[in-house]
Amino acid sequence: MGRERAAVLGVGQTHHRARRTDVSMGGLCREAVDRALADAGLDLADIDAVVLGKAPDLFEGVMMPELALADAVGAAGKPLLRVHTAGSVGGSTGNVAASLVHGGEHARVLAVAFEKQSESNAMWALSISPPFHMPVGAGAGGYFAPHVRSYIRRSGAPEHVGAIVAVKDRRNGARNPYAHLRQPDITLESVRASAMLWDPIRYDETCPSSDGACAVVLGDERAARGRDAAWIHATAMRTEPTTFAGRDQVNPRAGREAAAALWRAAGITDPLSEVDVAEIYVPFSWFEPMWLENLGFTAEGQGWKLTEAGETEIGGRLPVNPSGGVLSSNPIGASGLLRFAEAAMQVMGRAGEHQVDGARRAVGHAYGGGSQYFSMWLVGAEKP
Amino acid sequence: MTVDQVPLSAPLDIGFDYTRSLGPTLTRFATALAGRRVLGARGGDGRVHVPPPEYDPVTGKALTELVEVASSGTVTSWCAQPEPLAGQPLEHPFCWAFVLLDGADTPLLHAVDAPVLRTGARVRIRWAVERGNGIRDIACFEPGEEEPAAQDGAAAEADEVAMITTPVHLSYMHTASPEESRYLRGLAEGRLLGQRCPACEKVYIPPRGACPTDGVPTETEVELPDRGIVTTFCVVNVPFLGQRIPPPYVAAYILLDGADIAFLHLVLGCPPDQVRMGMRVEAAWRPREQWGTTLENIDHFRPTGEPDAPYETYARHL
Repeated sequence: MGRERAAVLGVGQTHHRARRTDVSMGGLCREAVDRALADAGLDLADIDAVVLGKAPDLFEGVMMPELALADAVGAAGKPLLRVHTAGSVGGSTGNVAASLVHGGEHARVLAVAFEKQSESNAMWALSISPPFHMPVGAGAGGYFAPHVRSYIRRSGAPEHVGAIVAVKDRRNGARNPYAHLRQPDITLESVRASAMLWDPIRYDETCPSSDGACAVVLGDERAARGRDAAWIHATAMRTEPTTFAGRDQVNPRAGREAAAALWRAAGITDPLSEVDVAEIYVPFSWFEPMWLENLGFTAEGQGWKLTEAGETEIGGRLPVNPSGGVLSSNPIGASGLLRFAEAAMQVMGRAGEHQVDGARRAVGHAYGGGSQYFSMWLVGAEKP
Repeated sequence: MTVDQVPLSAPLDIGFDYTRSLGPTLTRFATALAGRRVLGARGGDGRVHVPPPEYDPVTGKALTELVEVASSGTVTSWCAQPEPLAGQPLEHPFCWAFVLLDGADTPLLHAVDAPVLRTGARVRIRWAVERGNGIRDIACFEPGEEEPAAQDGAAAEADEVAMITTPVHLSYMHTASPEESRYLRGLAEGRLLGQRCPACEKVYIPPRGACPTDGVPTETEVELPDRGIVTTFCVVNVPFLGQRIPPPYVAAYILLDGADIAFLHLVLGCPPDQVRMGMRVEAAWRPREQWGTTLENIDHFRPTGEPDAPYETYARHL
C-alpha cells in the first residue's frame, strides 16, 4: 500500500481520580507523557511531532488548551496538532498520530489526551439549552438512556445484562493500579440496588467523572527495530450527523462502516475468533453489547448473549475492557486513547494484573458526540 | 409570514466558576503573589521567566528553581485600550504592556494604568486589595519606580494558594436559521410546521432548510398535528447544575403523526413508570397568552389513552 509501518513503542497514563488537585492540566499531561517516554525508553528530544486530544473546551473553560500546554507536552519547536471529535477524541488522536507515521511524515510521534473534569462540571456543560428549545437535556446519560431502552426493546435482552457489564468492568478495574474506581466487591445485587439515574441506566452502570491523561509514543519501523512494539495493523474513523430521519441510534451506520473497514484493512474475516482482546468505549454498561454488535463481533441482537455467557470476562472468548474501561475511569478526552493504549499494552504483554494470556491482536475503540464519531485501531504483536 | 422575514435571535448567556489547580510550580508563584512578591523560574539556559513556566520552553524539562524578581520593571512593548471592555483590569482607558521586571529575562503581559505609554517606560506593580487569586493579585501596573517602604509589612507569609477560581462567562446571540424561524413563528400561532424533502420525501420538524441525507433544499411546507407517539424515552431522576425542570421527569422522543423524525420533549399526565414506547400522546399547550416563538409553548405531551402503536410502526425511528 506504499505506507510506512507504524507501531506503539510505549504508553503511559496517570492515576485517574475524581480530583487531581495536586497537578495543573500541564502537570497531568506531563505525568502521562513521562510514563510513556519511559515505557518507550525515549526522551522528549526524540519526539518529532505531538498530537493533543481534548474533549469540548467548555469542560475546563480553556480555549485552545494546546497552546498553553505546548511546553508540558514537549512540543516546543515541533509540529503540534490538536484533535477534537468529542468523547471519541482520544481514539482519533491515536489515529491521527498513526497517520503521521504511516505517511512517512515523522519517525516518532507523541499522542497525548487528557481531561480534568474536576475543574468544571461536564453534566452542566453538556446540558446547556439554547433558546427556542425544550430544556429536557440531562447530560450524556440523559442523551444515551433512551437509546439504551431502544436496544433492550430491539434485542430482547434481559434487564440484568447491564449490571453484568458493570460488575465485570469494576472488578477488572480493581486489577488496574491506575483505575479511578476499584471495586473488587461489587455484585450484581449491589449494582441493581443502586439508584436509577436516567431510567434505564443506574448509578453503578455509569462512568465516573475523572481527572486523567494518557500518552502513547508511536514510531516507524526503524524506530521500532529491536524493541517490543504493538504494531498497528489498521485504523478506521467514520462520522455521521447527530440526527436525520431513519438514523439508527442503536447501531449507527458510521460505527458499522468503520468496523467493517478496520477488519477489511487488517485482513480479519471473523473478528470474534481472530481478535484476542477488545478495549471498547463503554461509558454506560449497556454499550458493551451494543458495540459488540456494531463492531461486528456478533450479529445484530446477539451481543448481550456473549456478555451474559461471561465470554467478555478475562478468560472468556473475547475479554472486553480488562482494564476496567470507561466504567472504571473516565477522563473524557483521554478515555479513547486509554482504550487504544490498553489494547497496545495487551499485545505487548505489559498489562500487569489485567493481562489477557496470549493476547496477540487487540482492538481499541472510541465513540463520541451523539454516537456520531467512531475511531478504532487494531494492534498486534506481529508486524502486519 | 414570508420566508424572508428576519431570522429570530435570542441571547444565550452561560457561565461557570472554573477552578484551576495550580500544581507545584504555579502554587509557589501564586502563594508568593499573595505575599506581595514575584517569582520567576530559572530556565536551563539561565534565563529567568516570569510568570514561571512549569516546563522549560526550550528543553521541556520541569522547572523547579524559582527566584524572586522586582515588582517594578520596564515596558518593552505596549498597545492602548482606549475603550475597556467588561471584565478587563481597568474601567477607564489603559494600556496593555509587556513589562520586563527587574531581574527577569522574559516580559510579563499585564495592564498599565496609563492612557498611553512609551517603550522603555518604568512601571511598578499596583497590588490588588484581595489576595490569593493568582495573577489577579496584581491589579495592574502604574508608571513609576518600586517604593520599597510602601510595601513594608505587606510582604508577609501568605497561606498557600494551590487553587484559584476563574469565572468564565460567555454571552452569545443565538440565531435560528430562516427555516427554523418560520417553524418558531408557526409555534407562536399554535401551529407545527415541518418541511418535506423533495428527494426522499421525509418530513422534518423542525425543518432544516436542506435534507441531511440528500443535501437538497426542503421547500414544501407540511403542517403537522400536535399528536403522535413516544418512540423511546428515559426518566431523568438526577438533579444537576442548571437543570430547568425538577426531576423526576420523562424526557421522550416524540414522533408526530406524519413526521419522519422525532424530537425531545417532556411527558406528563401519568406516572413515569407508566410511560411506554409506542404510547400515543398529544400536546398540552400552555395558555395562549404565554405563547412565544418557542417549542416551550407546548408545556408537555400527555397520554391520549388510545392503543399503543405497534413496535413495527416505529422500529425504524429508533
